[in-house]
Amino acid sequence: MRGAKSAKWVVGAAVIALAATACSSSDDSGSKDKAKSSGSSSDGIVRAWWGDPQNPLEPANTNEVQGGKVLDMIFMNLKEYDATGKANLEAADSITTTDQQNFTIKIKPDLKFSDGTPVTSGSFVDAWNYGALVTNKQLNSYFFADIDGYKAVHPDDEKAAPTAKTMSGLKVVDDHTFTVKLSQKFSTWPDRLGYKAFAPLPKEFFDNHAAYLAKPIGDGPYMIESYTKGTSMKLVPNPNYTGPSKPKNKGVLLKVYTSSDTAYADLQSGQLDVLDDIPAADLPHVKDDLGGRYLNQPAGIIQTFSFPMYKPEWSKSGMEKVRQGISMAIDRKTITDKIFGGTRTPANDLTSPVLGAAGGYSDTLAGDSVKYDPVKAKQLITEGGGIPGGQMKLGYNADSGSHKEWVDAVCNSINNVLGNNKACVGAPTGTFADFRDQITKGQMTQPFRSGWQMDYPLIDDFITPLYATSGSSNDSKYSNKTVDTLINQANAEADPAKSIALYQQAEKQVLTDMPIVPLWYQNGQAGWSSKVSNVKENAFSYPIFTEITVN
Amino acid sequence: MGRYVIRRLLQMVPVFIGTTLLIFVMVWGLGDPVAAMFGDRTPDPATAAQIRHDLHLNDPLIQQYWIYMSNVFKGDFGNAWNQQPVTDLLKTAYPVTLRLTIVAFLIEAIVGVALGVFAGLRRGRFFDTGVLAMTLIVVSIPTFVTGYVLQYFFGVKWSIVHPSVGEGAPFKDLLMPGLVLAGVSLAYVARLTRTSVAENTRADYLRTAVAKGLPRRRVITNHMLRNSLIPVVTFLGTDIGNLMAGALVTERIFNIHGVGYQIYQGIVHNSPATVVGFVTVLVIVFLLANLLVDLLYAVLDPRIRYA
Repeated sequence: MRGAKSAKWVVGAAVIALAATACSSSDDSGSKDKAKSSGSSSDGIVRAWWGDPQNPLEPANTNEVQGGKVLDMIFMNLKEYDATGKANLEAADSITTTDQQNFTIKIKPDLKFSDGTPVTSGSFVDAWNYGALVTNKQLNSYFFADIDGYKAVHPDDEKAAPTAKTMSGLKVVDDHTFTVKLSQKFSTWPDRLGYKAFAPLPKEFFDNHAAYLAKPIGDGPYMIESYTKGTSMKLVPNPNYTGPSKPKNKGVLLKVYTSSDTAYADLQSGQLDVLDDIPAADLPHVKDDLGGRYLNQPAGIIQTFSFPMYKPEWSKSGMEKVRQGISMAIDRKTITDKIFGGTRTPANDLTSPVLGAAGGYSDTLAGDSVKYDPVKAKQLITEGGGIPGGQMKLGYNADSGSHKEWVDAVCNSINNVLGNNKACVGAPTGTFADFRDQITKGQMTQPFRSGWQMDYPLIDDFITPLYATSGSSNDSKYSNKTVDTLINQANAEADPAKSIALYQQAEKQVLTDMPIVPLWYQNGQAGWSSKVSNVKENAFSYPIFTEITVN
Repeated sequence: MGRYVIRRLLQMVPVFIGTTLLIFVMVWGLGDPVAAMFGDRTPDPATAAQIRHDLHLNDPLIQQYWIYMSNVFKGDFGNAWNQQPVTDLLKTAYPVTLRLTIVAFLIEAIVGVALGVFAGLRRGRFFDTGVLAMTLIVVSIPTFVTGYVLQYFFGVKWSIVHPSVGEGAPFKDLLMPGLVLAGVSLAYVARLTRTSVAENTRADYLRTAVAKGLPRRRVITNHMLRNSLIPVVTFLGTDIGNLMAGALVTERIFNIHGVGYQIYQGIVHNSPATVVGFVTVLVIVFLLANLLVDLLYAVLDPRIRYA
């Protein structure tokens, strides 16, 4: 009976194995039910592609598009940006100031969150204080840095503890009025308030944080009906919403995909309605595949590469000519056409076309410094003393975004101009995290890929964080007193047109110094199925879900 | 036998510690996870310092490993890159991958062994040559090619099946990914079985069985198959682990939110907790599958005894 006995041990080991691997198969029944409720198609629901948000869905903690997409649907801010990027009053009745530093904000009466609780001035003040307090570890807390008292709740020093829990610049006057005191004059500050970090938060956020994160509540056009982390989110119109963008469909189902290629296959076979991340490989034939149901428009994203201005060999006097020359050695038009299939637009300034001419975008501002001119480029680089060490290594991260192709193309362009095929080479870093780590620690010795996605459609967002000496994302550690002065003047200027002109002056100075080379504006794309129509994208390249109709 | 099993289980402890430490060190070496959280933006130093402190990133590596492992034994695998507890991810991802593995394993075992047996019995004839040629093609095409090609034709062009797997990973959606995942192993199983069967058809004991006048069915199932399956079982056993870990490509193509996908996300987002958590469980699966294979030998081959 030897055989039978060993069989018993086999069974024993198998039981252990099953216990270790399948300890939670009891979850299966639950997920099957969900599959049933979300698989249907012709019920007026828009099924849209989604990526897993990187952070919990807290307004002040969401700094990437996938979380932002949801916040955009479930929150109505004091101001909201329309399709052209203009900030209009929505939750606010009025925002007034006499000195560009003290603002009085009145909220519309009778606004309600989707759970029925009222939207009061406290909803805003508490939310902003929460976002600013350093111990809450909110990634967007620097948005509140202009409010008086920010330093007390969010000290600069890494080791210092906050000395207060709330910012002294925020004062509740009554249920529907509050005042904001900024630390210095800032005329266009109210236009920032459309950014979702400034969203109001209901009581539940503070009282029962875990429950809130499981199913966030807002005051926007949609409310979350169900949310399975990492898989899907179903949004339905919020019955308490009284704002101007009432949804024209019966809801939105956001589906998380493991890759956009899969989503594209689903879109083609009618399993998905809206995809705003068309895989690069499918771009050449996307119009044929989708029968023209495709849009490609500029987004608030500019791609650049930065010089390490903290390295003397790149910043010493005379190098501005080399930096200018490198910029002029890049054939942006050909690269955007050949590599990106027209999904990038060659850059003409440091902002983005979504701002519009009135908002500070200019297609002539950079002038010759971004025009491909091989002769002039070579001349400038030689005059400036040539590329330091005879070779520049253009750094990028290899793990996402297929940067290798364009980095190689940019280098080829520079090499052709200089007649030296070793003048510029790509220098990949394995992961984005490692790449960013080296940049923020100021360890780069060579130029590196950089980019900027706007937070709100204002010129100041494209200039101040990147080129002011104390700018929060000034990765090249560029510093020029003229630029700093112009930025301060622009902030204090009450007349928006004059303020923008001052920003543009600062921008001109930056382009003369060329600490970063503007490359191209990224476009937003979206493809959609024949089951939906009226798909458009806003200035943030989010599909405007409220406008989509289901056929 | 009992002592053997206990000894093997005890041997797993150092292997387990070694692998988890190794993976922990490797993921840790990938760079600072906090830097990636802020995207292209420079992290606010005070906020970054807070997050680093909470993740124990300032402590020495070995201490981080100790903190992590002691939490694991309390059932806390830490938080993933998106602040979801890794235990939640484990609970949702493993059943999904297990379903995919079961589908792939069944396809691989049943189809592979059947093809191998028929090819082995008809050695040198048309069917045999056909199986050899077909498996050669399957082995030489990378999984992602088969995946995308099948997805395009069956899912998009002809609309026979859904091109992606829906929520909850129902079995009917898993057939195509299962086939893709099983493809290469299936070819190996078929070839392995074929060789083994072809060899054993000429063995003395089989000739004896035929000479005794036993019915053909009994000769094949009891005498030939049982002996031919020993190398195949070894392969199938170790392949369970491979299927679960190697589903990374297949899971991405077919939108399966399983183990491979989560490990990929963990690596991309530089999250040691996710990667180590998932790999730890995979290591246990590997070790137990190997133990199972070794024990199955004794059942199949009476000559093997464990003391």
